[in-house]
Amino acid sequence: MATINELRERIHADSSEEIVAEYLEKIEKSKLNAFITVSKESALLQAREIDSKGHEGPLAGIPIAIKDNISTKGIQTTCASKILTGYVPPYDAHVIEKLKAAGAIIIGKTNMDEFAMGSSTETSFYGPTLNPWDTKRVPGGSSGGSAAAVAGGEAPVSLGSDTGGSVRCPASFCGVVGLKPTYGVISRYGLISYANSLEQIGPFGSCVRDVATIFDVIAGHDPRDSTSVNREANYSSALKNDVKGMKIGIPQEYFGEGTDKNVERSVRDAINTLEGLGATTIDIKMPNTKYALSAYYVIAMSEASSNLARFDGMRYGLRTEDSDWHTTFSQVRAAGFGDEVKRRILLGTYALSAGYHDKYYLKALKIRTLIKQDFERAFADVDVLIAPTMPYPAFKIGEKIDDPISLFLSDVDTVPVNLAGVPSISVPCGFTNGLPIGMQIIGKHFDEASILRAAFAFEENTDFHTRQPEGS
Amino acid sequence: MYENPDGVMIGLEVHVQLNKLKTKVFCGCSTDYHNDPPNSHVCPVCLGLPGSLPVINRKAVEAAIKIGLALNCKVEEHTQFYRKNYYYPDLPKGFQITQYDFPISSGGYITIEGEDGELKVGITRAHMEEDPGRLVHEGTIDKSKYTLIDYNRSGMALIEIVSDPDMRSPKEARRYLDKLRNIVEYLDIFDGDLEGALRVDANISIMGGQRAEIKNISSHKGAERALLFEIVRQKNVLRRGGVVVQETRHFDEAREITISMRSKEEAHDYRYFPEPDLVPLKISGWAPAIKATLPELPDARRMRFVEQYGITDDHAKALTSELKLAIFYEDVAKKADPKMAAVWVCDVLKGELNYRDLTVDAFKKENMQKIIELLASKKITEDGAVDIIRTLLDKGGSPDEIVKEKGLLKVEGDIVATAAEEAIKENQQAVADFRAGKEKALNSLVGAVMKKTKGRADARTAREMLLEKLG
Ligand SMILES: [Zn+2]
Repeated sequence: MATINELRERIHADSSEEIVAEYLEKIEKSKLNAFITVSKESALLQAREIDSKGHEGPLAGIPIAIKDNISTKGIQTTCASKILTGYVPPYDAHVIEKLKAAGAIIIGKTNMDEFAMGSSTETSFYGPTLNPWDTKRVPGGSSGGSAAAVAGGEAPVSLGSDTGGSVRCPASFCGVVGLKPTYGVISRYGLISYANSLEQIGPFGSCVRDVATIFDVIAGHDPRDSTSVNREANYSSALKNDVKGMKIGIPQEYFGEGTDKNVERSVRDAINTLEGLGATTIDIKMPNTKYALSAYYVIAMSEASSNLARFDGMRYGLRTEDSDWHTTFSQVRAAGFGDEVKRRILLGTYALSAGYHDKYYLKALKIRTLIKQDFERAFADVDVLIAPTMPYPAFKIGEKIDDPISLFLSDVDTVPVNLAGVPSISVPCGFTNGLPIGMQIIGKHFDEASILRAAFAFEENTDFHTRQPEGS
Repeated sequence: MYENPDGVMIGLEVHVQLNKLKTKVFCGCSTDYHNDPPNSHVCPVCLGLPGSLPVINRKAVEAAIKIGLALNCKVEEHTQFYRKNYYYPDLPKGFQITQYDFPISSGGYITIEGEDGELKVGITRAHMEEDPGRLVHEGTIDKSKYTLIDYNRSGMALIEIVSDPDMRSPKEARRYLDKLRNIVEYLDIFDGDLEGALRVDANISIMGGQRAEIKNISSHKGAERALLFEIVRQKNVLRRGGVVVQETRHFDEAREITISMRSKEEAHDYRYFPEPDLVPLKISGWAPAIKATLPELPDARRMRFVEQYGITDDHAKALTSELKLAIFYEDVAKKADPKMAAVWVCDVLKGELNYRDLTVDAFKKENMQKIIELLASKKITEDGAVDIIRTLLDKGGSPDEIVKEKGLLKVEGDIVATAAEEAIKENQQAVADFRAGKEKALNSLVGAVMKKTKGRADARTAREMLLEKLG
């Protein structure tokens, strides 16, 4: 795994083209199935252009992998679904425009759970992605391809999206750094919606600095996204090896039943490390956490049931044999969506339907307000919260896929953050049986600076992030 | 007092397309597509491409507030958009962005001429939404082998104006539509002549039955016809001992009948929920500023016309019933006698325009001023003036040229006198009849004078001249 700074030096000495070719070769030889589409030709072309122009821009010549639910002009974008196979967007997402302007090179589109619905990248139409630390295990999800690509050395940095933990979960399972920013900090224009009110695009990297560098490039106001906020910030400048006086809250509910003992021990050790560096800690109660999972799934599925209505085969994507309108679109959707997507569309449709709307959807919105209040109360006393990202390390492929409830439950520690809209970063903080463990540092709205600083200080004083899986 | 013997209750839902805005409601696409090829005014947003997001057009919100104010509604402090979920090929996202709770304005009224004097029709609400695309069927909807979709219209700003069920007859419904269209045209955000500019759904019930909703009405005349048909249909059902069920019916414009589409039991559940991509819009404080820019509305202009120009209320009403006509009249009245202008614009020009299916755009205000000037100075007769107007509409030219070509300058006393003498000589029977007390016989003598002078004599002068010579 090379960092952006290391690559910059090599690009200056050699060329971007060589670097990009090396990564492309690595992807080609890989068995991880981290990519759905590799944009070999356009990546090499872009690299040559940048080499000839003299490496202008903060990411000049740096390859980056993009989750396949982010719209890329001229490059197939499938959301890992059969229904979008062959869809080539005519426009770039806001983040892609920003990355290109900064000189970054899109090397491919990464695998994911179909329409980001899952925590294991097993629901992809293109088959599961394997965890580089143990190829019998899942990389986490839904941005499993993006995390595995970084952990496996197939891309130095990547983008994912986090609706209920979809960046942090795979970051934790793959032993890399992943950031879910405050809702509204990064434009969602071009991110194919799963649950609009919950999700944000977020970067992956092998270290906190790389994540902050990408974040600096892609954050910022975009008039094309009404939920995007207008705030100036320089996140890289927050990276100080100093947590003296920082108040850390430890939410008791995140260390509850079902949390693996080794995961809990690693996270508590990490908190002790930060305490040793001058931070103070207090135990915090967030009593509504137990309702978060139900509220999250009701809201996410409700929004999804509407978001995915547009996929009818009329204008793009899968087209089955033509019949009358109702038959045709039913056939397209029956053939094009996988089981998990169908399950969530059905549940979401049910939750919004007359007679159930108040009981499920409205109630979930009320719980969402309570969860927000939990965070507001906590942040009245502390600067950041620290908790396990996932209650356990990566599980085996096939272990949970036939038990949707158990798979839903694995998101217990990540979804409250999305309901509240606050930022959270997952950083490697230990290992158990050779598998990485991640801890998440959660911050106040728009206070990415504090969580980046805590993460950076931890990284500077530990070496978990430098370990690499065999063969990467 | 209008009895309303059948207990008719009519409420209308009118969709007004804000086709005078420069851009669509949630994207930057131009609204000026009427002369362009299909699907040439589209972008990822109005095509509903994956990942695209809507952004509200501020001008559309301002226009919606304008309409709310003009309809005497209360404009809300906060407004919110919702998704209305249903599948239809003209709907590229599988849902329509519209309003549900917290519409932009509600609780207003407009006044119309009712069956028994002035009638206040309540406005339940006026809310914003996006227009779907347009389906083009080859042949008819049921026989077509395929359907084409034009998304140029997709994402056009619509205002849905929902009335209370206050109208008691199809005629009142039509007057409501005329008045509503007139009001929005005054606001300069809507051109009613463009295709698809105004669409109507009507709810109608009669005593003893439930209400039917009639869809697919595209003209004011169509609304009246559909409602007339529906009253007869509902009465017949009841008379035969049947039950008028709540249902949606489709208006077949060609056959002037309504056809049942689906009963309430199969009605759609639209699963409304707040549009997560559009944050609630704070519009408190917008209304007063917009109110200050509101133009003079039809009722106010009508009253001013009566006061300022001393014309009759009927003329003022006719002149202000169409914005273009009102502007035309005021322009003419600037340089011509206002009372004569009112008579000639309302009683003559409007009829000639209607006869030719033209709007007032087809007539130059300078020509009207000239005609009134010629009339006022008694250089032409009234018949001559009508002739000039018709010729201008049919062949063009200028009033002066037409007067010259057709020799319409009014003839003077001597010629009329000679013609009168000749007429008396040549129509002895009529003279005898007149002398015997048949007043009407004088008319045929006047006619003879007019014929001899080729219509250039003033009828009144001819009459006086004849009386003098017969007296
Ligand atoms: Zn557009």
